[in-house]
This record gives sequence, C-alpha cells and structure tokens, in this order.
Amino acid sequence: MASVAKEFTKGLWKEIPPFRLVLGLCPTLAVTKYAENGLGMGLAATFVLLASNVIIAALKSVIPKKVRIASFIVIIATFVVIVELLMQAYFYPLYERLGIFIPLIVVNCIILGRAEAFASKNPIIHSAADGLGMGLGFTLSLTVLGGIRELFGYGTFFGMSLMGASFEPFTFMVEAPGAFVCLGLLLGIMNVIGD
Amino acid sequence: MKEIVKMLVVLTLISGVCGFLLAGVRSATKDRIEEQVLLNVKGPAVKKVLSEATNDLIKDRKEATVGKETSVVFVGKKESDIWAIAYEVSAKGFGGDIGVMVGFNVADDTLTGIAITTHKETPGVGSRVSEDMFTKGFKGKTITEKFSIRADGGVIDAVTGATISSRGVCEAVRRAIEAYRGVKGQVQ
Repeated sequence: MASVAKEFTKGLWKEIPPFRLVLGLCPTLAVTKYAENGLGMGLAATFVLLASNVIIAALKSVIPKKVRIASFIVIIATFVVIVELLMQAYFYPLYERLGIFIPLIVVNCIILGRAEAFASKNPIIHSAADGLGMGLGFTLSLTVLGGIRELFGYGTFFGMSLMGASFEPFTFMVEAPGAFVCLGLLLGIMNVIGD
Repeated sequence: MKEIVKMLVVLTLISGVCGFLLAGVRSATKDRIEEQVLLNVKGPAVKKVLSEATNDLIKDRKEATVGKETSVVFVGKKESDIWAIAYEVSAKGFGGDIGVMVGFNVADDTLTGIAITTHKETPGVGSRVSEDMFTKGFKGKTITEKFSIRADGGVIDAVTGATISSRGVCEAVRRAIEAYRGVKGQVQ
C-alpha cells in the first residue's frame, strides 16, 4: 500500500511534469493564458492519463512488444476523443477556449511517456496511482502558471478582477515569450527550493 | 509467422473495441452536443440577426430543406405573427468554410442582417468580416440586389485586405437567397 502511495505522490512534486520531468511543455505554454483554461486542460489530460495507464497496464502482457507504441496511441487517442466529445456535450465554453489543444492531448509526451516508462511494466493499481499523481501534478502546474500569467497579464484570476482599476496590464505575460519566461522562472525557483 | 498473426489479431481487436467505444460515446452525446452548438454557436448569431423578434428563437426553430440539405430554420415573430426567418449557410473563405447566419424579413423580402457563426480566417485580417462594420452593409437590402463586393460590381463594401474572406461571405449570402423561396414556402 505504501508503494502505491509513493507512486501517487511522486507526480505531485519530486517528478512533477512539466517542471521536473520537463514533459508536456506545449500545452503548458499554450493554454495557460487563463487559470481556468489551465485547470480544464489539466483535468482533461488527467482523465486520459489515468484511463490509458489503467488499460495499458491491464493489457501489458497481451500486447506484443513490436506493436506496443501503435497500440498505446490507439488507446490514448480513443480516450482523448471521448474527453473531447464529453467536453463538447457538457463544458462547451471550455471546449471553445481550449480549441485545437484538446485533440493535441494525444501527442502530449506525458501520456505516451508514462505508458511506455511505467504502465507497460507495472501492475494496474500502481499505474493508476502513477497516472493520477502525474495528472494532478500537471493540473497543478498549469493552474499555477495560468494564474500567474492571468494575474499580471489581465489583472484577473479565474475571471475575477483582482488588481483594481489603476492596474496597467503586463501584456507580455500573456504572449508567447512571456510564457517561456514564466515557465523558466518557475522552474528555476523549484530547483532552488527543491533539493 | 505466428508472431505476425498475434500482432495482427491484437491490433485488430484493440482498434475494433476502441471503434465501438467511440461510436457508442458519440451516439450517446450526439443530441446534447447538437443542443450545445445551437445554444453557443448559432444562438448568439440568430439573436443578433433576428434582434427584433419577441419569441424564444431557439424553441421556435423548425427544420427545413435548405438548398440540398436539411437544416435548422429559426423563426422570428413579432407578437404571434411570423416576422422573419433565419438560417445558416456556408461558403468557402480564405482559410476554410465561413458559416453565415442570414435573416430575411418575410413581408418585404429584405435582409434583416447577417452574422458570422464560424470561420477559419486570418486573425485580424479576414476575421474582420465578423465585425459590424462589414456585416451592417447587408442589413435592409432586398434579395434582388447584387450581393458581391464592389470590385466585382456588387453593392457590398469588402473588408480592406480581406477580399477573399469578403467574397466568401457574399457567396454564402447568395446561396442563402437562392434557397430563400423554397425555405419560406416550407416554413409559412
């Protein structure tokens, strides 16, 4: 039981994507203009990560080594389309804001990375914990980064205006270069307080 | 040989099960998604085009054959009399299809206005066809006018630098007008 908990918690700090594993940087940079978008994307990716990890761990002894990547992609893509359909049906405004980045979850390195590095070699429960932990760590990272960028770039946080009327928006933060700078700074800070 | 057979069987089975799963989720969410698209994509456009209507535009929608396909037709009423109808048509723009909601006043066959629903045009350039500056040029014109940009001899002012996008919208409006008589007959 302790080993399962360990697989879960590592995704939340020690091996948090995207800061420590440095995986999944594309969506991290692209959808974090608003904290809400970051949260939505993180949760969608977590669902896919959890589902694909579980299925792949369950089928690991059945899938021949030579076709494993092809099989993983089919499974991952299926869950991504399911998430997309569910978002369209129940969270349409979020679906509109995330746009093309929802189908791009298929090529999110975290998901294929965990499938290949972990789920294909470990028991189902551990793979589920790994998927959930990594997914939640990813969600946390996106939400924090999105929150910072939104706060300085628009003056709001989750849509609520926080900075007052005299605030001059630091628009650099919500543009592409600002995303890189923000990510780099957060990564540096994490390394300093890390080990 | 045995290895190849195993690979084939496993891949086929996985793909097959995934296919079934996807088909299932798709049909389970189909109605709900249609509703959401109606509310979030077409809804705002219809409200803009039939702004003077006093009824619930989404509830009072009908289905009719527009051109070659069955489509949703929105009916705008003033009190209980049918005042105008609106439906969405699409035509090729610069980056892809442009969806245009066109409204017609059924009493005098004039356009109540247009609104862009979906487009893939260049942001800041072709995307400006959705701005009021461009769309207001269609309002009030009768269906017999020439709906092309001025450079093509028509009555519509194109968006500067977005000739192809502007032409696309005009083409969509022309298609809407082509289907108008037929749709009007089905709905009245």
